[in-house]
Amino acid sequence: MLDCGLDMTSTLNFLPLPLVQSPRLSNLPGWSLKDGNAFLDKELKECSGHVFVDSVPEFCLPETELIDLSTVDVILISNYHCMMALPYITEHTGFTGTVYATEPTVQIGRLLMEELVNFIERVPKAQSASLWKNKDIQRLLPSPLKDAVEVSTWRRCYTMQEVNSALSKIQLVGYSQKIELFGAVQVTPLSSGYALGSSNWIIQSHYEKVSYVSGSSLLTTHPQPMDQASLKNSDVLVLTGLTQIPTANPDGMVGEFCSNLALTVRNGGNVLVPCYPSGVIYDLLECLYQYIDSAGLSNIPFYFISPVANSSLEFSQIFAEWLCHNKQTKVYLPEPPFPHAELIQTNKLKHYPSLHGDFSSDFRQPCVVFTGHPSLRFGDVVHFMELWGKSSLNTVIFTEPDFSYLEALAPYQPLAMKCIYCPIDTRLNFIQVSKLLKEVQPLHVVCPEQYTQPPPAQSHRMDLMIDCQPPAMSYRRAEVLALPFKRRYEKIEIMPELADSLVPMEIKPGISLATVSAVLHTKDNKHVLQPPPRPTQPTGGKKRKRASDDIPDCKVLKPLLSGSIPVEQFVQALEKHGFSDVKVEDTAKGHIVLLQEAETLIQIEEDSTHIICDNDEMLRVRLRDLVLKFLQKF
Amino acid sequence: MDPECSQLLPALCSVLADPRQPVTDDTCLEKLLDWFKTITEAGSSLLLLQENPCLLGLLCHVLKPQDLSPRVLAFSLRLAGMLAAQEDCFQYLQQGELLPRLFGEAGPLGGAAWTAPSVRSGWIQGLRSLAHHPSALCFLADCGAVDTIFSLQGDSSLFVASAAGQLLVHVLGLSLQGPAEGHPGLQTGDWPVCAQKIVSHIEESLRSAATPQITQALNVLTTTFGHCHNPWTQVLWVRLSPLVARLLEKDPVPAAHSLVDLLLSVARSPVLSSSSCGLWETLAQTLSHLSPTQAGPLALGILKLQECPQALRAQAFAVLLQPLTCVLEATAQAPGLLDSWDGTGGASVTVDTLLASKAACVGLLCRTLAHLELLQPLPQRPSPWPQAPLLGATVTILRLCSGSATPTSDAGGHLCAFLVGCVRVQRAALDFLGMLSRGTGPRELVTQVFAVLLEYLTSPDSSPTVLKKAFQATLRWLQSSPETPGCSDLDPHAQLFLRELLPVLPKRLCSPCWEVRDSGLEFLTQMIGRWGGQAGFRRALLASEVPELTEQLLRDPESYVRASAVAAMGQLSSQGLRVTPASPEHPGGQQKSLLAELLHILSTDSEGFPRRAVMHVFTQWLRDGHADVAADTERFVARVLQVASQDLDWEVRAQGLELALVFLEQTLGRPSSHCPYAVTPPVAAPPGPLAQALRPLCRVQLFEFAFRALFDCDRPVAQKSCDLLLFLRAQTASYSGPQGSGSVPEVASVEAALQRWQAGDQGQPLGYLEPEVVVAVLRSMDLEGLRGALAESSDRVEKSPQSLLQDMLATVGALGEDEADCY
Repeated sequence: MLDCGLDMTSTLNFLPLPLVQSPRLSNLPGWSLKDGNAFLDKELKECSGHVFVDSVPEFCLPETELIDLSTVDVILISNYHCMMALPYITEHTGFTGTVYATEPTVQIGRLLMEELVNFIERVPKAQSASLWKNKDIQRLLPSPLKDAVEVSTWRRCYTMQEVNSALSKIQLVGYSQKIELFGAVQVTPLSSGYALGSSNWIIQSHYEKVSYVSGSSLLTTHPQPMDQASLKNSDVLVLTGLTQIPTANPDGMVGEFCSNLALTVRNGGNVLVPCYPSGVIYDLLECLYQYIDSAGLSNIPFYFISPVANSSLEFSQIFAEWLCHNKQTKVYLPEPPFPHAELIQTNKLKHYPSLHGDFSSDFRQPCVVFTGHPSLRFGDVVHFMELWGKSSLNTVIFTEPDFSYLEALAPYQPLAMKCIYCPIDTRLNFIQVSKLLKEVQPLHVVCPEQYTQPPPAQSHRMDLMIDCQPPAMSYRRAEVLALPFKRRYEKIEIMPELADSLVPMEIKPGISLATVSAVLHTKDNKHVLQPPPRPTQPTGGKKRKRASDDIPDCKVLKPLLSGSIPVEQFVQALEKHGFSDVKVEDTAKGHIVLLQEAETLIQIEEDSTHIICDNDEMLRVRLRDLVLKFLQKF
Repeated sequence: MDPECSQLLPALCSVLADPRQPVTDDTCLEKLLDWFKTITEAGSSLLLLQENPCLLGLLCHVLKPQDLSPRVLAFSLRLAGMLAAQEDCFQYLQQGELLPRLFGEAGPLGGAAWTAPSVRSGWIQGLRSLAHHPSALCFLADCGAVDTIFSLQGDSSLFVASAAGQLLVHVLGLSLQGPAEGHPGLQTGDWPVCAQKIVSHIEESLRSAATPQITQALNVLTTTFGHCHNPWTQVLWVRLSPLVARLLEKDPVPAAHSLVDLLLSVARSPVLSSSSCGLWETLAQTLSHLSPTQAGPLALGILKLQECPQALRAQAFAVLLQPLTCVLEATAQAPGLLDSWDGTGGASVTVDTLLASKAACVGLLCRTLAHLELLQPLPQRPSPWPQAPLLGATVTILRLCSGSATPTSDAGGHLCAFLVGCVRVQRAALDFLGMLSRGTGPRELVTQVFAVLLEYLTSPDSSPTVLKKAFQATLRWLQSSPETPGCSDLDPHAQLFLRELLPVLPKRLCSPCWEVRDSGLEFLTQMIGRWGGQAGFRRALLASEVPELTEQLLRDPESYVRASAVAAMGQLSSQGLRVTPASPEHPGGQQKSLLAELLHILSTDSEGFPRRAVMHVFTQWLRDGHADVAADTERFVARVLQVASQDLDWEVRAQGLELALVFLEQTLGRPSSHCPYAVTPPVAAPPGPLAQALRPLCRVQLFEFAFRALFDCDRPVAQKSCDLLLFLRAQTASYSGPQGSGSVPEVASVEAALQRWQAGDQGQPLGYLEPEVVVAVLRSMDLEGLRGALAESSDRVEKSPQSLLQDMLATVGALGEDEADCY
């Protein structure tokens, strides 16, 4: 199984979970059907024309109907965003296999899960809505609830216990490490340049190579650069995880982010940045580190609030080997690779596990707050939205591309604060993909259907699709796709003693042949040719070793022949051996040598020689031996 | 030649001839040749040789088989050529068989030294200098030099190859100087042997299948027709034009760029373009044969010609417009007037080029836009100028680049894919769009122009250079937009645009990229300068955050940005647009005055640019009578001059003098105008009022500043100060103080102090000076002499030939000493 992501957009259908009682949210009117029927008004609330489920947010799980996940042997994880559904798989489907991921992926993935669990568990909600999921009722609901798919499979968030159990099933791997899977294939993680520890995977046998490229970046940010060279010579390249906002250039977006931040703060407003606790935030902090002095923002406090804020900031500094070259060299100076260490040291950046406690006493405005969750449905961000939403001086800047910012803001309407959308997605865009594919030249590309056509809203943008030759094979949800290659060869090892016994004969310059008599031993998808057992010694006794019963009988094989018969010399040899009156006729396929006296005919063709004589076995054997003299035997 | 130089020359020649003492500096030899050139141009070379036999010795010496450096060999060849340019000297050198030994087979030509490109180049340049008289032609023929020049045309060194081509042109011109000029009707068959040989070689090259040879021939012809406008060039063209025309029959046309250069060179030749020798037909044929990329420069060249048949101009313009026509068609827009220019039927080739690859598409569009931009301001540009379709096409290109255009055809889709985010095309299109602001366009299109400009100014994806171009184009379009009649304000359309633009500007001023902040400020400064007095603009600007942000940028970490912020703040303040709101740091609205802030920058900023900008602003403020300055002008001038006099940047000090001059003019009156109708200020003020008038100058210590500047180590500052003091002296010419000048004891002490200053000791200040003392000191100073000395270049001593010879000898001598030390 390749990756194990969790679709969190389902949470956008739910009301936010406020940290403290929100009179606004709790007083939202219940929703009733057009005919006035109000049986759903406890479950559904209406806010500025949108309807939300008033319940604990639920997540949309990976497809579980199509295959029995208990039969999955291995899960390969590309990056920490692509493992968020892992507890659902490992803990509830009978999965007994192994999960492979790099160390930063696991550590930061753990932080993301921990934050998620914490955000949801710290504001327990008694109410659980399920009535609306009834298919007959769902039909009657307004969009987008009406159009939500597979709502019956939506699940509440997992627990920390499940997270720990799931993570315990992960085996850590390093870049370029070769991992044998049941002898059948070898998998290797490669740096993908997108996030700390993010990987692309190569799955290869001796004769086939499949590359799985997911969430990669060619930009110079903090992670180790993408390893492109190792992706060359792939039979199939499975491509996914491209940028979600192909029209937004990350550099331009960072510029927008900084400008809007500065403008807001200069006017005395606060800036709220809903974000994940790891990833782009490191780059944003680095950018701000360089920017704040030039923008005269040195006195503005930056707050990072997350249950895992401290761990995230500290982890980032210790994964030196997973960082880009510049940051790696800093470690040897020694200096912290990320400048946020200095921001913390100079008190410009402060981090808190939650807005309760120390933060309340340190809090100074105007300020910039980085906090989760980017969906605006849970986490400390909900509180800040409620707190700052009423003032037009404040700004919320969306940098994470995973959620539609308009949908995220829907339950907070009417909103006076400014909203800026600066999605920063460093993953590959289509121009970079074209260059990558030209460089790597896979025989076939497999990708989601969405990548093979321009986005529906910009159907003229031919540049926003994958353009490669041969055209990419696309797949859609729940579609089964046969990869365009067949396994035609297997590699077989020869034991050294058997190899020693071989006597190759050169049949053409540069080509030698040898016959092999051996036992093919197959175990764990590995094939080994072992020496055949020695012929059983006539023991004369009754006792035979039990083991030799299993060994198949080895007949004495006739030698294999090769070569061609030079007709003229063959005729001369016949004459030398006393055959006279030899005639040669040319045929379409070769020659016929006639021994008229003996009424015998020798048919010599490219791949066969026949001696046709009339019941004279002696003569046939003589002639056969003569023929054999001209052929090589082995 | 100076006797001193004559004395040094033998030693230098022997040094040059000594392979053990290599000359490491090429520039010395170049300077030496320059010097010899001035001597030979001014007098007799023969005399020079006879008076300095060491030169001949050097020339003879380099011929000996030895390990001489290629530099000296090349130098000797060039020197010999230079000397032999005069016929008597040539004969003199010929007597000794020196020239054939230097330039013939026996010389370096056959030796190992020939492998050095500098020697080959020296050989060519020597011959180029030598070939100035008929005897030289015979010499070239005798020593077989022409064949060598032919082969050098294909030399691996581009400099050598190019010089060989030029030499060939020179020799051709020289050989035809006598005979063909006398008889313009003379056919090539009757030309001198040397000329015939060259022409045959060119013909042979033009017939060749090898492109490099064709290129060489075309380049020689281009130079010939570009430089020689004698009647024989017409005969030459008549003979060679069929061969040139035959090149067009090949596919692809070989050496297309050189062919275009040749045809344009012929077309520009006054001898050829006026005659009917099939030139226009060839040009028309070439236009239709070349690929769109190759034809562009030719089309532009044709359209730049002063005289040219109308049909050819139309064809050329159609070629230039074709790519834009394709763009309009690909986006399902009617090409409009561009249609009427399209008479060549080459549109499909252009479409093929545009859609062939991204590089081809981008290259063709950039070139087309650049060509049209060059053409637009020319008086001979095609008429009617298709302003509206060109505007439409440019806007479309910009929208294709930003991804906002919606092409409806496949070709349009491909164009869009090629152009999205292409900075090169964006830059070229914005430049051209700016240029198009010189003309008018339909209201609807102008709206589109402003819309696309706003799109670029707003887009986060605009690169800093694109943004700068967008700002420039915006300014030009705003400047060209008509003013509302009777109101001298921006027209409502432009005002609407400004209302949308001003919210964008603050974001640009906060950009993390300093180039963006800088171009934003420059744009702002120009806007205020142009519309600062207009009510609509003032309202919009004051309602925005721009003035406040600009002030904050005075403390930007980037010095360029600080300098631009200073300029912008200067403008804002001059126009009364500086806001002084109550801020948390300055409760009650008591903000630091801008004057104080700028003075602070002038005295503390570590970079020169902001300080220079402050001086410019202050000078302008003084000139305009800015309120903050007018409140106490003397105090202002005194403080500024005091700070500026201590500045390490000479431009700041020079600008200080500019400010002092403005103050001087305001105090004493402007320098006399030569306009007969102008009110003439008194040439010299009467003693009483003048002394009074000089007193403020004394109070601000202007004289101390000017006298210090007079002895400034940077010449421009000293010159400016000298001019200022001369002006002042002229103003005070008729002044006679209460006592005779010089009788005041203070004068002597001031003069003594000035002498110390001149000697470099500027520690002691002069203190307050009375006007009488100043006038006396001014009169006693030799300001004219000082001005003359300053007008001479500072390296006049070092540049003298004597100094050069001494330097060269010293360098080699020093080398010798080092060697001795090492030994």
